[in-house]
Amino acid sequence: MNDLRYTEDHEWVAVDGDVATIGITAHAADKLGDVVYVDLPIAGVRVTAGKVVGEIESTKSVGELFAPVDGEVLERNEAVVEDPSLVNADPMGAAWLIKVRFTDLPALLSADDYDELTRA
Amino acid sequence: MSDNSSRPSPLDDVHVAAGAAFTDFAGWRMPVRYASDLAEHETVRTAAGVFDLSHMAEFLIGGTHAAAFLDFALGGRASAIAPGRAKYALLLAEDGGILDDVVVYRLDEHRYWVVANASNREVVAAALSERRADFDVAVDDETDRCALIAVQGPDAVAVVSAITGLVLGDLAVVSGIPYYGVAAGDYGETPVLVARTGYTGEDGFELYLDADAAPALWRDLVDAGAVPCGLAARDTLRLEAGMPLYGHELSRDTLPVQAGLHRVVALGEPRAFVGRAALEAGPVAGARLLVGITGEGKRAARAGYRVLREGSEVGEVTSGALSPSLGIPIALAYVDPDVSEIGTELSLDVRGTVIPARVAPLPFYSRKASS
Repeated sequence: MNDLRYTEDHEWVAVDGDVATIGITAHAADKLGDVVYVDLPIAGVRVTAGKVVGEIESTKSVGELFAPVDGEVLERNEAVVEDPSLVNADPMGAAWLIKVRFTDLPALLSADDYDELTRA
Repeated sequence: MSDNSSRPSPLDDVHVAAGAAFTDFAGWRMPVRYASDLAEHETVRTAAGVFDLSHMAEFLIGGTHAAAFLDFALGGRASAIAPGRAKYALLLAEDGGILDDVVVYRLDEHRYWVVANASNREVVAAALSERRADFDVAVDDETDRCALIAVQGPDAVAVVSAITGLVLGDLAVVSGIPYYGVAAGDYGETPVLVARTGYTGEDGFELYLDADAAPALWRDLVDAGAVPCGLAARDTLRLEAGMPLYGHELSRDTLPVQAGLHRVVALGEPRAFVGRAALEAGPVAGARLLVGITGEGKRAARAGYRVLREGSEVGEVTSGALSPSLGIPIALAYVDPDVSEIGTELSLDVRGTVIPARVAPLPFYSRKASS
């Protein structure tokens, strides 16, 4: 977990070779409240950094999932689609959302940078 | 998360200690949830939840003309409320638009307690003050000194009965207070109003008392088994119960008949009240009507989303959520009269995705008669 990077859109990114695993942060899950529905792109979809690729709905609001990288979706987490409450139970682990094979890795926030962002 | 400029509730320290997440509601910093809004919702449907509603506005109306004054100032006959009973009522503008929806409690012959929405406190205060000119009546805004704690759910009677420090006058018991009834009592040395009202579709009580004594009563209620619940759960509970929320279903531009509230307004009697002429004239032809809508799947339509019929816009959603109790998307919406019949097939535009839906009877959820 030491290699996690973060975005200003409250996603975490774990990089392994040219594959990025993406989820939303505990802070974001907390802010959303109980997640009741997730809409995630299927394998093969091309995504562009900064563009909306999915939605995370709670009882109170709708959160958008932004692609942190350019690339192609390899896999989405079907367990989360089946049981969206996983996002609240384990946002930084079991509730990863998508894996993307990226072509370019933009500059992302460190854990300290992200901490500072959410404390503000 | 919390806005430092918003006003804290008298229970703020208690909420902070309980780990609440806060939201700004009508200028107040109020708990939106403690841990899980779904769990809090479920608790109210199956056990008992406790809510801090100290942001609500309270007015004490007293004087020999109190009944006649409220008959004139509100659409709805306050004079017909028996002492110890309560009624839902509307405050109307001259043009029939809804300025606020309120609960009117008759405390005794010449005293009423009127509870208004936090967002409308100033509007209600101004309207009551303006309308009292010809009446011998005093209107006191009690909001600043008054806390409101609601205990809601099938176990509410047991929880409130367990508070040994709470004693009703005439040795009455809380279980003896009828639905939409109110009794005066004391919590220790502090006077309290115990009302059998609420906004969740469940049995329960609303307790009005001095802000200073509120934290102790809150702790007693939690010790007696009530689970702290935030405004997020309150919103899904009232939506399932088909209850309108001012600013969503009700507004300055809504006539009572459009919101299905014509029965709340006493037009049948020859009595002058503010807004009467406009209500008799009725809304313009084709004015939209409030309906319940259920959708398919799991995606909820939310306030502002379009309601469609064969691709054309026929209405707009005012509140919506995935119903925690029913597991389906539910919404309240204003639609054209010709598509307002129960069962009418419609669809909802959920951020570009069209979801099949239909007009459904209200409430979406009603508690079992036994509870």
